[in-house]
Amino acid sequence: MAIPLYYSFRNLWTRRLTTALTIAGMALVVFVFAAILMLAEGLQKTLVETGSYDNVVIIRKASKSEVQSGIERGHASIIEVQPETALGPDSRRLIAKEIVVLINLPKRGSDKPSHVVIRGISEVSMKIRPQIKIAEGRFPKPGSSEIMAGQSVAKRFKGGGLGEILRFGMRDWTVVGIFDAGNTGFSSEIWGDAEQLMQAFRRPVYSSVILKLRDSLEFDNLKQRLESDPRLTVDVLRETKYYEEQSEMMAKFLRILGLSLTIIFSLGAVIGAMITMYAAVANRVGEIGTLRALGFQRRSILTAFLAESLLLGFIGGCAGLFFASFLQLFTVSTMNFQTFSELAFSFSLTFEILYQSMAFGLIMGFVGGVLPAFRASRMNIVEALRAS
Amino acid sequence: MFIIKLIFKNAFRHKLRTFLTILGMTIAILAFGLLRTVVDAWYAGVAASSASRLVTRNAISLVFSLPISYKEKIRQVEGVKLVSAGSWFGGIYIDEKNFFANFAVEPKPYLELYPELRLSPEHYQAFVRDRKSAIAGKKLIDKYGWKIGDIITLKGTIFPGNWDFVLRGVYKGRDKGTDETMFLFHWDYLNETMKKTVPRRADQTGFFMTGIRHPELASEVSVAIDKLFKNSLAETLTETEKAFQLGFISMTEAIITAIQLVSFVIIIIIMAVVANTMAMTTRERMGEYAVLKSMGFGGRHIAGLIFGESLVITSIGCALGIIAVFPVADIFSTALSTYFPIFNITKVTIYMDIGASIVVGVVAASFPTYRSVRIRIADGLRRIG
Repeated sequence: MAIPLYYSFRNLWTRRLTTALTIAGMALVVFVFAAILMLAEGLQKTLVETGSYDNVVIIRKASKSEVQSGIERGHASIIEVQPETALGPDSRRLIAKEIVVLINLPKRGSDKPSHVVIRGISEVSMKIRPQIKIAEGRFPKPGSSEIMAGQSVAKRFKGGGLGEILRFGMRDWTVVGIFDAGNTGFSSEIWGDAEQLMQAFRRPVYSSVILKLRDSLEFDNLKQRLESDPRLTVDVLRETKYYEEQSEMMAKFLRILGLSLTIIFSLGAVIGAMITMYAAVANRVGEIGTLRALGFQRRSILTAFLAESLLLGFIGGCAGLFFASFLQLFTVSTMNFQTFSELAFSFSLTFEILYQSMAFGLIMGFVGGVLPAFRASRMNIVEALRAS
Repeated sequence: MFIIKLIFKNAFRHKLRTFLTILGMTIAILAFGLLRTVVDAWYAGVAASSASRLVTRNAISLVFSLPISYKEKIRQVEGVKLVSAGSWFGGIYIDEKNFFANFAVEPKPYLELYPELRLSPEHYQAFVRDRKSAIAGKKLIDKYGWKIGDIITLKGTIFPGNWDFVLRGVYKGRDKGTDETMFLFHWDYLNETMKKTVPRRADQTGFFMTGIRHPELASEVSVAIDKLFKNSLAETLTETEKAFQLGFISMTEAIITAIQLVSFVIIIIIMAVVANTMAMTTRERMGEYAVLKSMGFGGRHIAGLIFGESLVITSIGCALGIIAVFPVADIFSTALSTYFPIFNITKVTIYMDIGASIVVGVVAASFPTYRSVRIRIADGLRRIG
């Protein structure tokens, strides 16, 4: 016969202080565990959403990122005529020759400078990236000193807001629009006319050529042809792959940090649970003896104590997740080591993280409770009854 | 004396529980120490920077270069001792995973600016004489098993192509705070090659490193340099090496703040664990405290016993944690040398460890003490378990 769950619950309730402290410890561990997973997920989500599978990024061979890359005008025109490129509604090729540089901008509030990506775009740049919409103002006029800023830049950097003026490359640039790029890396960028920016920065080369594929399956053909073209020295990547590689180092860093922290933290919390459960067993030797004398089996005792410690883990997990879910309101902005540019992303809670964290809490409860529960179930009836 | 003996006896009455609590404390102090060291490692570049070195770079941002002709103009500024051009090369050794800092510099002035990079006279001569040569830090050479005379190929990311260098020397750091994972080669080699391959990018440099006569001149000289190039095609931004490094760090501030927060969270977790142990201990001993009280011992004595016991547990854990942190940090520094070339445990970290253990001990004991001191004798004697 099983001992009712209510027994385990009441036991926890009786030692409220101890229970609360153990749960607090576990909740903190689950909180940290969930927070790190949410951060890594947020980073990944931002970068995955930034790229589109059907878009192809062409950069100079081995340059790894658009900022370090350079593609001569002549080379860009060779790439421009590839037959795999999709056509727009006005039957113009969906191919954008872009220039990407970093500029130093002071942040609002702290005034600390940080690197912001400024991207010179062509007219089709918006068509290739349908996830980007103008939120306020208008699209900058081609051939003018007008720019538009991503929402994240507009919010966090001085001079990024609508109607404000930024000075760089010996010119004043007016922000005439704010664009909404959702949760993508483009939110942390400023866009302007490519030709104008090339003039201002005295940099007569493009950084990258981006094109939309006519048929997704033709990627390998295109890659093979361009990379083996003796006139060109380029790397051809799918946009999704490109952005994934941009964050590899950062993601790896978060993973290592997260994993080692979680292991260390959970050791602490498991020890806490173990102490609590051993004490719960030690305090109740007489009670256990009585239960055994009443006819409850060893297995029932084992289950009851395990249930008690799993309950600790469960409540701890719920509390930790409850507080972690508030993290979704925060946005983290930091420099990506690989690109040296500022990137904003937010904590993101998914169902997977939800049940991973819950499972983690329960496992901590289980590991902490299993030894004490065994001790309780292995007690000799007569000795246990005598102990009190 | 007697009371200390009693505290120790009390602490080890429940061997398993005390053992577990000490273990928890050890792990927490270990983790705390490591996290503080990670934060220190982040600031290692700032700690190693000198007040008498200035960095001049393009005002737009680091990705823009400066004409090499600026060098002579900077040298003429009052207070400037010597100038070296330098470029971040960003080359990749075999695979992107093998990251290390590689710079193109002018060997003579650069090594004079950085006396902390110690090179034997033979290595120095060999490096200066051969334009295709390079030197590297001791740690880097040990990591990849390079030998003097080896040809090392870096794949250029910013400067296209495969670049061969002959390793002519090893430098050692003057102290533990010096980065021994850098790879330095001739700026001339870079420039001459660029003249041939991409003439547009020749005679350009990433930054100028300037040595000044006195650290006090830093702000005057910086202003004077920037004024020279005001309203030119490449405006400059000059700041002290320290400010330059700090600027970099402030961009990753979010991560540092997170690590710092997390290091305090672990202290709070262990606080809960120790407080739990103390709460259980005192609950079991309510009867004893009542007996002590009826014998005439005051609340202060009982408080002393509980605080003493708590501090004994946390200090043992802390001592073990501090002993363990050194070997563990060694493992970490080898595993993470790509991210943190310098990974040293500072004295401050050890003091913070000790401070944390005292705080945990005191906080964990306070609530149980409050309950134990307040208990009435009759209630305490009546209480079972």
